[in-house]
Amino acid sequence: MGFIIDATLIAFLALIAIAALRRKQLFGMVMLSGAFSLVAATLFVVLDAVDVAFTEAAVGAGISTVLALATLSLVPAEEKPHSIAIVPAVLALATGLLLSVAVSDLPEFGAADAPIHNHVAPEFIIGSEEKIGVPNVVTSVLASYRGYDTLGETVVVFTAAIAVLLIIGGWTRRETEITESTEDDHAG
Amino acid sequence: MTSLFAQWNYFLVIILMMLGFYAVIARGNMVKKMVGLNIFQTSVFMLYISMGKVSNGTAPILTGDSSTVYSNPLPHVLILTAIVVGVATTAVGYALIIRIQESFGTIEDDEIIELMDDADAASEGPAS
Amino acid sequence: MQDDPVIRVIAKVLIPTMMLFALYVQFHGDYGPGGGFQAGVIFAAAFILNATVFGFNRGRHVWPARLNLMAITLGVLLYGGTGVATMVLGENFLSYNALSDDPIAGQHLGILLVEFGVGLTVAAVMVALFFAFAGRVSHVRLLNKTRAHEKAQAEAKGTAND
Repeated sequence: MGFIIDATLIAFLALIAIAALRRKQLFGMVMLSGAFSLVAATLFVVLDAVDVAFTEAAVGAGISTVLALATLSLVPAEEKPHSIAIVPAVLALATGLLLSVAVSDLPEFGAADAPIHNHVAPEFIIGSEEKIGVPNVVTSVLASYRGYDTLGETVVVFTAAIAVLLIIGGWTRRETEITESTEDDHAG
Repeated sequence: MTSLFAQWNYFLVIILMMLGFYAVIARGNMVKKMVGLNIFQTSVFMLYISMGKVSNGTAPILTGDSSTVYSNPLPHVLILTAIVVGVATTAVGYALIIRIQESFGTIEDDEIIELMDDADAASEGPAS
Repeated sequence: MQDDPVIRVIAKVLIPTMMLFALYVQFHGDYGPGGGFQAGVIFAAAFILNATVFGFNRGRHVWPARLNLMAITLGVLLYGGTGVATMVLGENFLSYNALSDDPIAGQHLGILLVEFGVGLTVAAVMVALFFAFAGRVSHVRLLNKTRAHEKAQAEAKGTAND
């Protein structure tokens, strides 16, 4: 049963991605990418990552769609039509094939004896109860065990905000010209 | 064939990754490139979360019952922060797209390259 | 959209509920799904809804640019400050055991402070991003209007000279 839900959702995800990328109208494409994020969030719930699903639903389907729509109101609404590019398609397929070969070496999906589950994760799960006393293991790992990491991520978000404010937050040169010229008019 | 079913998630992740990668390198429209980048990014998230899944496990929120099997919390933490950082960097990308539109009047990369070549030719013309 | 009574009434009900839910997600993150990142985004969504329904200027009025910049920096400062505080108390950077006599209480306090810092930064950053983009849109519209106006004036001058 779990497999069917999982497989259906992830196939759905691929279909939405194809539909989004085939769109010539950018508005439709952005809305489909919002739907893509929402289905991805559902899939994260199925894969037991509730915190990640929460974030993806709020960020991917919410904020990033809003930002994309704001951008769309300033750029042309349609993409320039062009045919399928051969070289990038071959490159993408080759990368996919290479990864498929690599994936066949990965442990089976859901296997409890995979190396990833036997190194530090049990320590985190036991420690979260005994040393930190926080039932949500994700929170205790995020804020305590990997506190340095999260500090770095917060600083990245901070830096990105400063960068956006520097790029589009201020006035353009054209604006200052207009205000100067109107001031001249008043003086004259 | 058993491996295809056992690793179904990973193969679908690869298909998503190929779609995103193709959109990033083949499409000239910059907004489309950003959406392709987002799909690429989500495929990487999906790979990490799929690796953290344990069969018959539950979300890593302690129930107090010692027999409960939990999925691996570590990939969740990494991806949780990566999503928020991802949207912040996507915003920087969109901001740059807006500025490119304002200076060139287009967001198709081949047209921008043409405009830049024209500008180069015009500036070199009188000197030579 | 600003004149639609249905959207305005629904927004007025939704905005405080969203803020309350964000606070729940923020402070209940220790026990259930949630935490600073999610709470910050939900809190920001409330302000974004306010600005989209009631207009850019009213949105900016309840969340001024100066306050926004301060909130972005304060969050990072709170996170880093917690780390420095643990160092001053004689432990390593960000090892919260030093914050209290009981290590578990120390961990609780540390996680609460750090998550609050993350939530503050993320909320303020998301609102700042939205206002930067929305401000650009209204700015460019104004610019185009001025350009059209100048063009019309120039044409009027041209016909007058003829």
